[in-house]
Amino acid sequence: MSVAQPLPHDAARLHVTGAARYVDDIPTPRGTLHLAFGTSPAAAGTLTALDLDAVRESPGVVAVMTAADLPFDNDVSPSNHDEPLLATDAVHYLGQPLFLVVATSHGAARRAARLGRATIEKSTPILTIAQAEAADSRFEDGPRVYARGDVDAGFADAPHRLSGVMEIGGQEHFYLEGQAALALPGDNGDMHVHSSTQHPSEIQHKVAEAIGQHMHAVRVETRRMGGGFGGKESQGNALAVACAIAARATGRPCKMRYDRDDDMIITGKRHDFRITYDVAYDDAGRILALDVRHDTRCGWAMDLSLPVADRAMLHADNAYHLPAVRITSHRWKTNHQSATAFRGFGGPQGMLGMERIVDHVAHALRADPTAVRRANFYASGGDISGQKIQTTPYGQEVDDFIGHEMLARLEETADYAARRAAVDEWNARGGVIRKGLALTPVKFGISFTLTHLNQAGALVHVYADGSIHLNHGGTEMGQGLFQKVAQVAASRFGVPMEAVRITATDTAKVPNTSATAASSGSDLNGMAVRNACDTIRERIELHLAQLHQCRPADVVFKNGRVTAGGADYSFAEVAALAHQARISLSSTGFYKTPEISWDRIKGHGRPFFYFAYGVAAVEVAVDTLTGENRMLRADILHDAGASLNPALDIGQVEGGFIQGAGWLTTEELVWNDKGALRTHAPSTYKIPACGDRPEVFNVALWDGENRADTIYKSKAVGEPPLMLGIATLMALSDAVASCGEAYPDLHAPATAEQVLAAIHRARGA
Amino acid sequence: MNVSFRLNGEDVTATDVSPTTTLLDWLRETRGLTGTKEGCNEGDCGACSVIVTDDSGARPLNACILFLPQLHGKAIRTVEGISAPDGTLHPVQQAMIDHHGSQCGFCTPGFITTMAANHLNGRTDHDTALAGNLCRCTGYAPIIRAAQAAQDAPVPDHMHDTPLLLAKNIPGEPQAGAEPPSHPTTLDAFADWYAAHPDTTLIAGATDVGLWVTKQMRNLGQTAFLTHVDGLRGVTVGDDTITIGAMTTLSDLHPVMAEHHPAFAELIRRYGSAQVRNAATIGGNVANGSPIGDGPPALIALDATLHLRCGSDTRSLPIADFFIDYGKQDRQKGEFLTHITLLRGADHLRCYKLSKRFDQDISAVCGCFWIEVADGTVKTARLAFGGMAATPKRAHKAEAALTGQPWSHDTVRDAMAALTQDFTPLSDMRASAAYRMEAAQNMLLRAWSEDQGAPTSVLEVRA
Repeated sequence: MSVAQPLPHDAARLHVTGAARYVDDIPTPRGTLHLAFGTSPAAAGTLTALDLDAVRESPGVVAVMTAADLPFDNDVSPSNHDEPLLATDAVHYLGQPLFLVVATSHGAARRAARLGRATIEKSTPILTIAQAEAADSRFEDGPRVYARGDVDAGFADAPHRLSGVMEIGGQEHFYLEGQAALALPGDNGDMHVHSSTQHPSEIQHKVAEAIGQHMHAVRVETRRMGGGFGGKESQGNALAVACAIAARATGRPCKMRYDRDDDMIITGKRHDFRITYDVAYDDAGRILALDVRHDTRCGWAMDLSLPVADRAMLHADNAYHLPAVRITSHRWKTNHQSATAFRGFGGPQGMLGMERIVDHVAHALRADPTAVRRANFYASGGDISGQKIQTTPYGQEVDDFIGHEMLARLEETADYAARRAAVDEWNARGGVIRKGLALTPVKFGISFTLTHLNQAGALVHVYADGSIHLNHGGTEMGQGLFQKVAQVAASRFGVPMEAVRITATDTAKVPNTSATAASSGSDLNGMAVRNACDTIRERIELHLAQLHQCRPADVVFKNGRVTAGGADYSFAEVAALAHQARISLSSTGFYKTPEISWDRIKGHGRPFFYFAYGVAAVEVAVDTLTGENRMLRADILHDAGASLNPALDIGQVEGGFIQGAGWLTTEELVWNDKGALRTHAPSTYKIPACGDRPEVFNVALWDGENRADTIYKSKAVGEPPLMLGIATLMALSDAVASCGEAYPDLHAPATAEQVLAAIHRARGA
Repeated sequence: MNVSFRLNGEDVTATDVSPTTTLLDWLRETRGLTGTKEGCNEGDCGACSVIVTDDSGARPLNACILFLPQLHGKAIRTVEGISAPDGTLHPVQQAMIDHHGSQCGFCTPGFITTMAANHLNGRTDHDTALAGNLCRCTGYAPIIRAAQAAQDAPVPDHMHDTPLLLAKNIPGEPQAGAEPPSHPTTLDAFADWYAAHPDTTLIAGATDVGLWVTKQMRNLGQTAFLTHVDGLRGVTVGDDTITIGAMTTLSDLHPVMAEHHPAFAELIRRYGSAQVRNAATIGGNVANGSPIGDGPPALIALDATLHLRCGSDTRSLPIADFFIDYGKQDRQKGEFLTHITLLRGADHLRCYKLSKRFDQDISAVCGCFWIEVADGTVKTARLAFGGMAATPKRAHKAEAALTGQPWSHDTVRDAMAALTQDFTPLSDMRASAAYRMEAAQNMLLRAWSEDQGAPTSVLEVRA
């Protein structure tokens, strides 16, 4: 069976030969035009005039469009209808598209776009949390509050109490392939769009609105993305819509791709957060009551900020049982790029806040943070020693917790106790270089919190020669979804992988799809494909059972053969046989996640079908003269359930961990006091390079299966490993703490500068 | 102009191209070779890496900031030319599949070309050699496993490119008139021509000038490419002096410095990336005058001498005097840097590069110190910093606090205090002013701590 095999990525051979096509690589028809946005030089104000004469006169320019030239809906928001494609009068951030250049080449469009002169009556931008709070500039009427238990009583009775504040920076996705779209106008108003998007149906929806058509006139295709990470869930809308509008206006194919700097200046990033906490705990570090406040800068538009901030609240407990807790979340509207989805979708920020609180408590008690973590863990699922199953702050039973077992395993395989002693001994000698070690857990909820998104469709054709055409609503951004789902299809029909053809995601094949997001890709689409395959298989089984006088259940699909009542066929022969018997060999498949229900206003219910778990132990070194730091070793144990493909899953774990560690160390977004992003290229924004991965890097998968009834008992693996990177920050905190008595209050990202500042705090300087 | 080179084994001529056409645009838009990717268009991500072979060997370079004239007479191999003509995968390609080294696949062509170049050259220092290729998906571990798995496999025959022409045989002498030289080759003739056309933009490795075109969209006006000018490239080690041609790449400078000034070599190892070092020239790094270039602080600490030429006139000056102010150097119209000389002798150089990321990052502070200690007393101290002022600059007050004093913790503390009188650094996206000052001061403390024997760099400790 193909499932569980460590097969390479489906396009690996195309990747290594340069033959894998991305949007900008698709051969374009003669006369294709190229687009670029002219953007706002100010972060806030009113656009009073736009002088575009020089733009129009620039070589190669075919058309220049402003908001006034848009024929239908001027909006690219995925949620709140608050994102004009081109600014009308109000300007909301520095980098906001003001006008659209249509030219004969990418270069001509970019050069011309620089020549626009916008007159903006500037107003004072709202950039900080304090400014937003003072102006009450927020999304939703007030803060969301999720609470349970008597928090005030918990504080009143507690033996210990402390409070603190942590700043958590945002993160640029830095998908290697920038945003891109290509629109090919058809007849009768049809539009065929190739988009580098995680959400073809959303592109279809926004394009249809923008060109005054129903969705049936728009077909969106996505074969692959050069990375997404959440950054292509909604941020590709503007390019696809611009292309479609320009294609409609000119009758010519139109392509748009952002130059890297434009991409970073225009598109949204991970939300930055401030976590403010007040915690009561006992002598063992057990948390008795917690009052935590999340302040997040959402940028200028709502985009996906509400569910992001919700998910941060839903992960404010991480892996710890909190008997009395109040989580208050403020979603501030500021004059920045609109913060958007990014792998983890708020979960990492909420979880990091909790890990910081546990670290602070352990420091105050002079206890091993790992012991404090264990003391606060949820009870093991299935072994609750007669207790009632513990619930999360939002009332979901934690019935599958395996943190204790995973932690114990990792302590053993990573030689934690001996290394803890060795690190302490190293630091006790003093010296310029200090070491740190930390072991942190991940518990991540799997499902879209917007319940209706937890559905997926598939389309499977078996051709008369036994070859199989596979299509589903999920998109491939590098995570290996297509291969995993193909493994499911091959397994259902008992055929080798070569029999299954993976095809581009296409809104004309599977409609009304959800974004490939929330780690849900293989859970949802794997099931939908299974259902489609099984429908066809059952039809074949029924036919063969009649033909060979056996029960349908006795028809066996295995190793490319089909056996029934003593007959033995190749799969191709069966396909031909079924075709001749006028049996439909095509089927859709559909799946919706069972058992979930969630009230996001009350903050109560079961938003998640199950939880995915992981543990990471990281050792770091810190230079106390400059704050320079690096990882020395990382040991990871991650729970992917019964893995559909352990090689691809380990790839997600390794890559997610490094991306998480990058978020918390070198990846610093800097805006100046005018609201200009100063880190808008890889020259200034530093994602991890090759040498930043730990020299010793051990990654293993937990060997259990999912308790929930998922596709082959596997678990989602896209987002959870990113949060393993929290161990890196906590290890840095550990190293810094060795420099003095005070708590280091290490903020993220822990750049060298930030670490040196924390060293001063630890020393009480 | 016309530019001829060999592309994946085939001789080609790009006709009537603008001299500032980048190789990447030409490959993708004119040739339809879309395997080479644009990730950043500024030489920082490596997705556009190609292998360029000239008479000094085969090296990975960033196609996004390579202008076509720089390639005249050379051989280029793109990702489309890495597999054998019969489709057999190259060992690094097969290893990348076997070790799951690609996820989204967009960085992969750049990795493949860089890895194939390293494989061809027998390079196994993978972390350094691949520091210029960014991957956002894998966390690099499987890529390094692939590189290691493939490193001992034989080099496929088709990978041995020969340049189209040896550099010295390339035609295209400067003409007498106003027409710019297409591919100048003779130093004397070039010097005369440039003296007569001093407004020309001189292009060496184009690792900075390339961005003027790709990012600032500047029209460079008249350009001249120094790629083929005789006598500007290479290092000569004499009995008393080391002579470094201005067109010597950082990559070519590295092995010489590894022998004579290992601290400079380690600084060069972290200068840009392999692709950048293969293009960037030390002359360009100096003449550019950037306050944050890493070459100048080291050369100032080494008390290097610059040699400039205008027409047939030549002059020399200490490098420290070359940097007058931000964007202003002591270079006359029509004058250009020909070479740099260093005195040979005992090595007392230390170099400290501080950046957000260790590899391929621009320094927030770069401190290069020449500290000679005899009998416990500081005999000579030249302390040069980048990132602390509008130019690369010596810290004369801190030097005075060291010179003639015992090499002790107290003396170093005095020098650290004096440093505040030498510099008033700025805050920017790389670091705050206060941090720059503190880190610069602590670099002096690190120099002293090094001599006490304990580890002083996170790069030298292990788990």
